[in-house]
Amino acid sequence: MKSWSIALVLACALPSCVTINIYFPAAAAEKAADKIIDDVWQLKNGAGKPSTNTVEP
Amino acid sequence: MKKILFSVLLLGAMFASQMVVAAADLEVNTPAITAIKGSMQSRHAQLAPHYASGAVGLTKDGMVAVRDANAVPLKDRAALNGTVAAENADRAKLYKEIATANGHPEWQAEIQSTFASRWIDKAQGGWWVQGAGGWTQK
Repeated sequence: MKSWSIALVLACALPSCVTINIYFPAAAAEKAADKIIDDVWQLKNGAGKPSTNTVEP
Repeated sequence: MKKILFSVLLLGAMFASQMVVAAADLEVNTPAITAIKGSMQSRHAQLAPHYASGAVGLTKDGMVAVRDANAVPLKDRAALNGTVAAENADRAKLYKEIATANGHPEWQAEIQSTFASRWIDKAQGGWWVQGAGGWTQK
């Protein structure tokens, strides 16, 4: 019983040591990219879409 | 036997819950990132007409490039090149900043390629984007 408890504690503690992401969090990166792109291109805050009309540059 | 099975299940649940924690959001709210974003946001007003005219396109590596200089009057070309260079410098800084802000400078390339596909996905109809086979108009 005791050895099981120890194993349990270890099993909980070990992954928390490797929680520092080693793999690339693709989904989180995509979410972050979307958020930043929406801000830069002002796609989602009532400001409307950036002007596409071809004004003389 | 039952106890062992229970323990195994419990362990599985614990590992699973910690994997979820590990897949949390990326940090993108540092002062450096906010500053780069602001600079890109104000430059977008200058770039948007060039995206629409096809003078500038979105590259497959998450940058922008002068695609058709002829779409711009000769006198404005130098300024356009400068704007594109400044935008690319900001983008490179942005990708690097996100990687370092999350404690993984080695993620820079992957972040850049994630952005590349998201920029292209979100590009408006009529804009030029670079695919594996070259430039195409959305």
